[in-house]
Amino acid sequence: MSTVRVSTTINGDAVAYLCEVDETLLDVLRDRLGLTGSKEGCSTGDCGACSVMLDGRVVCSCLVLGAEAEGRDIRTVEGLAAGDKLHPLQEKFLEFAALQCGVCTPGFLVAAKALLDRNPDPSETEIRFALAGNLCRCTGYDKIVRAVQSAAAELRKG
Amino acid sequence: MPLDSNIDPATHKFNLVGTRPLRPDGVDKVTGRAKFGADANAPGMLVGKILRSPHPHARIRSINTAKAAKLPGVKAIVTAADFKEGKRALRDVLCNVMARGKALYDGHAVAAVAATSASVARKALKLIQVDYEILPHVTDVDEAMKPGAPLLHDDMITAHVDPAPKKPSNVAARCEFGHGDPEVGFKQADVVIERSFRTEATHQGYIEPHACLASMGMDGQGELWVCTQGHYMVRNTCAALLGMDVSKLRVTASEIGGGFGGKTTVFIEPVALALSRKAGKPVKIVMSREEVFRASGPTSSSSMDVKIGVTKAGRITGALAEIRMQGGAFAGAPVELGAMSAFACYDLEHVKSVGWDVVTNRPKQAAYRAPGAPMVAFAVESVLDELARKIGMDPIELRLKNAAKEGTQSSYGPKYNRIGLRQCLEATRNHPHYTAPLGPNEGRGVAAGFWFNFGGQTCVSLNINIDGTVALAVGTPDIGGSRASMCMIAAEELGIPYDKVRAIVADTSSLGYNDISEGSRVTFSTGLATIQAARDAIGKLCARAAKTWGISPEAVVWENGHAKPSSPNAGDFAPLSLADIAKKAGNTGGPIAGHFEVNADGAGVSFAIHLADAAVDPETGRVQIKRYTVIQDAGKAVHPSYVEGQFQGGAVQGIGWALNEEYVYGKDGRLQNAGFLDYRIPVASDLPMIDTVIVEVPNPGHPYGVRGVGETSIVPPLAAIANAVSAAADVRLTELPMSPPRVLKAIDGKAAGKARR
Amino acid sequence: MVQVKLSGSFKQAAGRAEVEVEAANIHQLLTRLGQDHPKLKPMLDRGVAVAIDGQIYRDDQFRPIPAGSEVFLLPRLAGG
Ligand code: FES
Ligand code: FES
Repeated sequence: MSTVRVSTTINGDAVAYLCEVDETLLDVLRDRLGLTGSKEGCSTGDCGACSVMLDGRVVCSCLVLGAEAEGRDIRTVEGLAAGDKLHPLQEKFLEFAALQCGVCTPGFLVAAKALLDRNPDPSETEIRFALAGNLCRCTGYDKIVRAVQSAAAELRKG
Repeated sequence: MPLDSNIDPATHKFNLVGTRPLRPDGVDKVTGRAKFGADANAPGMLVGKILRSPHPHARIRSINTAKAAKLPGVKAIVTAADFKEGKRALRDVLCNVMARGKALYDGHAVAAVAATSASVARKALKLIQVDYEILPHVTDVDEAMKPGAPLLHDDMITAHVDPAPKKPSNVAARCEFGHGDPEVGFKQADVVIERSFRTEATHQGYIEPHACLASMGMDGQGELWVCTQGHYMVRNTCAALLGMDVSKLRVTASEIGGGFGGKTTVFIEPVALALSRKAGKPVKIVMSREEVFRASGPTSSSSMDVKIGVTKAGRITGALAEIRMQGGAFAGAPVELGAMSAFACYDLEHVKSVGWDVVTNRPKQAAYRAPGAPMVAFAVESVLDELARKIGMDPIELRLKNAAKEGTQSSYGPKYNRIGLRQCLEATRNHPHYTAPLGPNEGRGVAAGFWFNFGGQTCVSLNINIDGTVALAVGTPDIGGSRASMCMIAAEELGIPYDKVRAIVADTSSLGYNDISEGSRVTFSTGLATIQAARDAIGKLCARAAKTWGISPEAVVWENGHAKPSSPNAGDFAPLSLADIAKKAGNTGGPIAGHFEVNADGAGVSFAIHLADAAVDPETGRVQIKRYTVIQDAGKAVHPSYVEGQFQGGAVQGIGWALNEEYVYGKDGRLQNAGFLDYRIPVASDLPMIDTVIVEVPNPGHPYGVRGVGETSIVPPLAAIANAVSAAADVRLTELPMSPPRVLKAIDGKAAGKARR
Repeated sequence: MVQVKLSGSFKQAAGRAEVEVEAANIHQLLTRLGQDHPKLKPMLDRGVAVAIDGQIYRDDQFRPIPAGSEVFLLPRLAGG
């Protein structure tokens, strides 16, 4: 299998890696770079556990090739907090008990961040549709939606 | 806090129990630091992959691994021959882990390889040649019971049938529960309704696939990192299958990304260990989602007949259920539990339920949240709903008139202790949801549910640190926030702040045996053991204070985190805090720790009522849940947020089961929808908020009154939604899932029936 | 003497709804039941639970059985 060399930016830092041509970005993040915060729930784009931001858009990193990251900007759950300060979404997820097992949480946080970046005041329905690509089997989504609502309010206060 | 007596949970004022502190594992989980099953790596690690049968039923004539073994990068190959056959009890587990002689379902493991990379491992699988003799198969429960059905096991003689059958069949066992004689009861009834129901198999659908990392040393000592609900079970089972001493295998439970009963057995763990032993290197196996669907435990599918009679005044006079469940290729469908729970909500004179445990060419079922109960509740509560309509009685009223209470002889045998069904029913009737107006094409459904809840073997260790903080080691994997609850309980007992206690899930070599986190047992039994371990430590703390003061230990009491002389007569000493005593521990007798080992029994049954509003689109048959409320008895909610979370999660899994989720088998016996795209679990946009009401009727078997809460919440939804849909569509739905084509068919059938009339 | 109530499959196997055994705890109860009623033996071997006054015991073999208590035999249960 031939390998390619890739230079990219991950959570603001310049990163270079070698990967096989058919290797997914998710595998690169997890297996080559040790960024195991992004999870694999299906590898077919159906669960959203692997969600990352690629140039400001949410993508399923299991559907993106590692090679495609060349020159792009990638943000993962590991880059959400600023230093030792949690992002309001992270805080609200904790406060609202929006996680039970927590395996879906990284994907939800990334997807919710993307939503709030483009729509600071989403309705409940907008939140539900924006998160419809992320599966959670534990919570029934109620507390996740409430956490996102509360984080949005917090962020609007600035 | 008294040291040895139970408190009265109804009147006791708790400091922490009942509050909602942040969970100790929370920050790791929102920052991506938490390590789940697939997140561990080891130097020199190989990748393990499993070859699976494409046939639902086939004799394995031979397996040729020679070509695969020669592929560069392949380090080990294992088949059934690499495992010890061992005791009978383990035979089925082993046969499921690796097919022996026959492949019994599409997805059944037949061989495995370990290689230097995933791509090499995949190539190697393609080079393994398996010579199959394809046999006829059966995947439907009713078909499998017919004489002449393809036979899975030549030696399966139906158990508990007198006289014992002479010939083998696919029926593993019969069971029966009840008292009185339903036929007598039906004669006393004004209205009797009998109906048949069917439910399809569903999968637990945890988002984290099974994953483990095994490492066997040349000295025969092994380590295993795995996402499981029970790492001690994994240790004991794997040790037996690999012929190892239990003490030589150390198993660590990773963070677990959902289980719901599906991670209470072994699948890949013994395989990874066997590969690692052969290769002399660590081996990691992670199931793909397709493998999770094809080869890990779905629940049973069922076919049921229910007959219930009532008087016009709403008294149930007789109840009868016949339940057939297929549990995949091996005996063990949860039909006993289903039959026992069938009528458990009601106080009945004449009741009987009969169950049949059937095998088919499907993956071996694994427990799924209140195993067996939801489908049976679907059938029973549907018939009750219909009866209420027939006699013109409010459905809650009908249930209240027949609700079991303390002293009622349950349909499965014993008399009930203190229970909270009545309180749940009353809370439902008083809830604004119950009387809220409905929109067009909407219907409201209500249903009751019951679950046993379990205790089990539990061991807890609590160490007092030098600075007065506490390290709590439990042995039950945290599947829903239990570390938070355990910290709360320990802090409550010790009288110290919540954040001074840190709980971990210990590995199998650090703490004594613990049963699996299953049966809604963790808050109950690990909680009970934590209370007792804390009380054990308090006894020792008091003894140290007594020593310091030179008085008798009996003259010391523990109050609000301090040792104090019990009365002025005992002496006049300033109270010593936990931290004071901890600091001096090295000079007063050494480390201070509390321990408790127990086989916890007395978990206390629980009941729930669910209320669902469903809108049915008459054109497409699509069902939408408009409003949903869960009312459940928790005994005592330790951390209400996580109790609500259990209620909501169970309800939504039930919504999926009721409306969308099903295993679809083709004529070829292959699973047609082994992925989240075609096996559709509910997403955020499918749902409304899920309202919850926590009812607290203390469990007399627990010092704080705690009852298990994790499972009951999946029992009523199938029926509650079926009742709502039936009301909205004005036709009785008797098959799950109520997917648009099924609902449309029922609506069309009703229209056709009317046209004929 | 302990009166053990049987229902369903247990009742079928023993041929009656109630049997009497001399037992002070669950262990003795199950041992004697197996001796006195060989037809129950296979079911006992498979694993049972015993309910004493409504409280279900799955494993606690040395749990004493108080005089006059209500004792029920159940299949051994497991959850999810
Ligand atoms: S792992 Fe990428 S969407 Fe599921
Ligand atoms: S919290 Fe477990 S899948 Fe969402």
